[in-house]
Amino acid sequence: MSHGPSASGGAMIAMPLNGAHDTTPYTPVFTGARRSELDTIIARYPSKQAALLPALWMVQDTHGWVSNAGIEEVAAALAITPAYVKGVMTFYTMYHQHPVGRHFIQVCTTTPCNVCGADDVVRALLEHTQCGELGLTSADGKFTVIEVECLGACGFATPIMINNAFVESVTPESVPRILSELL
Amino acid sequence: MTDVKMISLTIEGRPTTVREGTSILEAAKTAGVLIPHYCYHPGLPVAGVCRMCLVEVEKMPKLVPSCATTAMEGQVVRVHSPATLDARKGVLEFLLINHPLDCPICDQAGECELQDYTFAEGRSDSRYREAKRFNPVEDFGGDVLYVQNRCILCTRCVRFMDDVVHEPVLNVSERGDRAFIGKAEGHDLTNPWAGNVVDLCPVGALLSKDFLNKARAWELDRAPTICTGCSQGCNIVAETRDNVVVRLRPRPNDAVNQYYMCEVGRMGYREFNRRDRIDQPSIRDGGVMRTVEWEEAIAATAAHLSGQRVVVLASASLSNEALFLLSRIVELTHGVGVFQVDHGEEVPLAGVADLALRAERAANAAGARLLGFEQVTSVDEVLRNGDALLVVGDALRDVARLTLERASVVLYVGTTVPSACMERAAVILPMANTLEEEGTLTNLRGRVQRFLQAKAAPGVARPSWYVLADLVVAAGGNAQYFTPADVFDALVATHPAFADLSYGDLGLRGQSVVDHMSAAAAADGSA
Amino acid sequence: MGYPHAPHARESLVLSRYFGDADARTLAGWRARGGYEALGTALSLDPLEVQAIVKESGLRGRGGAGFPTGLKWSFMKPDGKTHYMLCNGDESEPGTFKDREIMRWTPHGLVEGVAVAAHAIYAETAYIYIRGEFTEPLARVSRAVEEAYDAGILGANAMGSGKRLDVHVHRGAGAYICGEETALMNSLEGRRGNPRIKPPFPAVSGLFGRPTTINNVETLTAVPHIIKQGAEWYRQFGRADNPKSVGTKLFSVCGNISRPGNYEVALGFPFKEFLYDVCGGPLPGREIKAVIPGGSSVPILTRDEADGALMDYEGFVAAGTMLGSGGVIVFDDQQDMVRQIARLVRFYAHETCGQCTQCREGTAWTSRIMERIRDGEGTMEDLDTLVSIADGMTGKTICVLSDSCATPVMSGLRKFRHEFEAKIAANRSMVTVPGAFRASAA
Repeated sequence: MSHGPSASGGAMIAMPLNGAHDTTPYTPVFTGARRSELDTIIARYPSKQAALLPALWMVQDTHGWVSNAGIEEVAAALAITPAYVKGVMTFYTMYHQHPVGRHFIQVCTTTPCNVCGADDVVRALLEHTQCGELGLTSADGKFTVIEVECLGACGFATPIMINNAFVESVTPESVPRILSELL
Repeated sequence: MTDVKMISLTIEGRPTTVREGTSILEAAKTAGVLIPHYCYHPGLPVAGVCRMCLVEVEKMPKLVPSCATTAMEGQVVRVHSPATLDARKGVLEFLLINHPLDCPICDQAGECELQDYTFAEGRSDSRYREAKRFNPVEDFGGDVLYVQNRCILCTRCVRFMDDVVHEPVLNVSERGDRAFIGKAEGHDLTNPWAGNVVDLCPVGALLSKDFLNKARAWELDRAPTICTGCSQGCNIVAETRDNVVVRLRPRPNDAVNQYYMCEVGRMGYREFNRRDRIDQPSIRDGGVMRTVEWEEAIAATAAHLSGQRVVVLASASLSNEALFLLSRIVELTHGVGVFQVDHGEEVPLAGVADLALRAERAANAAGARLLGFEQVTSVDEVLRNGDALLVVGDALRDVARLTLERASVVLYVGTTVPSACMERAAVILPMANTLEEEGTLTNLRGRVQRFLQAKAAPGVARPSWYVLADLVVAAGGNAQYFTPADVFDALVATHPAFADLSYGDLGLRGQSVVDHMSAAAAADGSA
Repeated sequence: MGYPHAPHARESLVLSRYFGDADARTLAGWRARGGYEALGTALSLDPLEVQAIVKESGLRGRGGAGFPTGLKWSFMKPDGKTHYMLCNGDESEPGTFKDREIMRWTPHGLVEGVAVAAHAIYAETAYIYIRGEFTEPLARVSRAVEEAYDAGILGANAMGSGKRLDVHVHRGAGAYICGEETALMNSLEGRRGNPRIKPPFPAVSGLFGRPTTINNVETLTAVPHIIKQGAEWYRQFGRADNPKSVGTKLFSVCGNISRPGNYEVALGFPFKEFLYDVCGGPLPGREIKAVIPGGSSVPILTRDEADGALMDYEGFVAAGTMLGSGGVIVFDDQQDMVRQIARLVRFYAHETCGQCTQCREGTAWTSRIMERIRDGEGTMEDLDTLVSIADGMTGKTICVLSDSCATPVMSGLRKFRHEFEAKIAANRSMVTVPGAFRASAA
């Protein structure tokens, strides 16, 4: 999932690619077993549309983000319009509208973590991942770091989420070790 | 209908009685009180999000949204109390903090509800010291441009495309103060009904590309009229500037078009601005057309009509009055009256019953039928060698020269003249187009609706009913009419289908002949 | 128990007894601890009887509003319509992380509570909506549901009762506002998570337009204990002089405190003892300056105010704040209150759905002013503007997110005004703010 030209300095680059200009061929998600999985989910609700969030999760789990082609596929599968899907999808912060790094790191910086030094954790992460700025992906395509609002683990300040896994009680000092364990 | 319960309440000190279930906002209208609002629109589901219509209701602890609160028996509602004025002032300030305040270059200025209410009730200054949000203008496709910076996110456009057009191509994207009206890549606002979002937008966020930067709202003259794009008969307003039509917009009529009109009708305005209009009567004289006075032209026409079988080819968009007078000419000359109708694709507006861009692309085919004209696919069906052909109202779009040659004489009354006709016509009489005269049209459901004059006709062109009344007289008939109303009265007096209608009672929303028609049909059946 | 700490003697362990006990997560382990006995009992009772027991127990909503649970259930009548039971596991209120631990450690306890509630409100279908970030809780609860189906506890013939009980787990995708009950319904229906206008209330028209009951994770998890041990047993938790607040409550404690974590105490517990004894007080060498006792949406207390408070619905109201979700955020003397309030406001500006004008624009505007003051570029005028904006944002919108954003600003300005003023006094930038420019806006 590398994207953008590689910078010789190895520091940072990679403006997120807008899906509109993404030319990689799209592999449909809802085929075979995953189509049946979606059908099972749809059957849980009295309306097909209720399966929208789960369907978007399936697309993101497969492709790492939700492209326009993904939006079209979800819309077709649930008999709703792409505009509708997009409106719902962009309401929620966890669906990626652009490709992100292999390790997508979310750092909670809301008040309870903030009073425990979350901002320092953010600085340490940006430094050690070489992402440079929040929201940008490191040159090697490995990391994207973003700040998020309350992760609901305030007693374990500062929690971070690396893809789907929580890492609790992160300190600036523990950042290098945590990152070194990621492939 | 029999069990409708009525309830009474007091709004701004004015007692009013409304059907049970009416919102406070609608109830206030009946009491003559306008509660300022943005997201509410009577044709759309309630959203209750702009919070502009908050009112004070006695015994309720908080201000309530009048659009989403049902009026109750005995309620006492205050619309202009200190608390409500304060709340509205707050909403207006919030709506303006990120607004570019670019009224001088905004098409909506002068008819903008944000501007109007700010002027009436808003602060005279802003306390906002921070940087304003900026977003670029986006082309939504169709005729619609989205100026995001002016958007107040009332979502009328989104609800219209979803709940009325049943084609949700617009959405609210993102959330919070980053939210904007969006659409999906490659899915444009191309539905023929999509242009209504421009009218629905209470501010200058959705604009017509066609109208863009053409005129300021306060420079426009407006006249209520009827769309002639198809047989639906949508009620519209024609807006002109310096005698040029710049825009057609829908005029609410629950019985016909609710609040909407289609793109075909909307863009039809150009037809009324044609520059190739004939503006003088002329007669053929030694192979060339010679401009003459009206009296001479009318007399010449009458002379050509006498002594031969006359085929009258009428436009199916002529007014009832013009068609009535033409039917008199048919009578006087023992001729035959026919009309042709163009057809196109029928495009219904899904969320509104019985509203569509009709396949029949003519405004008064129903009237023509009621007044005894026969529909033909080609005038060839009735035209015999040696007949006189009277063509009225641009009814000859692409007639073959051969057809015209079979006629002993071609007489033309219209606004523009096709070249084939120009070569053959013995007399050409200039008439006003629909926006240049007054009259009535009958839509496909038999609703007779008035249209008023919106602009002046070119040169010495005269209203169709005026020209045809003169012709009736010249042909030996009696037609002492001074207004279209006089013609309509005569029509009503002689045509049972129109019985009991009166020009004055038609108002601007029209009345239906259907009841009379079905009554007549019943009488026929029993006889 | 104060997971991740050892239980404290003054805790009353009901919901948190098995926190940290991995064996309790499995169906076998849960059964060995008496699990699903309450559901068996409930299924043998008429829904009205279950409602009566819960009503009698005095259980109130633990999500924030404190509405009596039994009363809420009694709005659901056997009208033959499809009913839905909805469990709100969208725990997102800053400072709150109790539902997370319930779902991580005792997922079967929640599933059992949901099933009892579904039966009590005449519903065959229940949904558990879990916030998108809670990946582990989601996995645990999903697994518990699977196990329950496999064991015949859920399904067409729940525990052999002949009754149908379906429970489905639904994952959110990142939106604080979906914790608002009607926003959650919209979200579950595949819509944007915008709160709905009330009325109609969920009991009349809720999920998919059907009568719906929605309860918080903690509330529902308490239900099986009440069914099993009786309303009288549950009522014993609480202070004698306040029968309105009974039972145990999980408090999440975070911020500048020695032992952050979840603690379960009887309602009415003295807040001072809780902070200093149960949670170990401030970090060494520091002093507590302020406490937000019920999640970020409730008014801030000064240390003195907090010291005198009692931890129940009425006790916190008497102290000028609210019990809320039970998320206790502690600020010590090293914290800059302007900075922290600015951070809270940014949270609301980020999380507002944006449908109501006051909230969409007001949260963002407040955030920008707060950050300017934080950065030493504020003026005294700004403080008046903040109050005025907060006033314009209070009590005028569809839901209370707007009010929640105004709350820390108002209580912060009232109680820590000197910190704001000190920032402004230090404003050495000679930048003059442009005077109110003429925006006749016309």
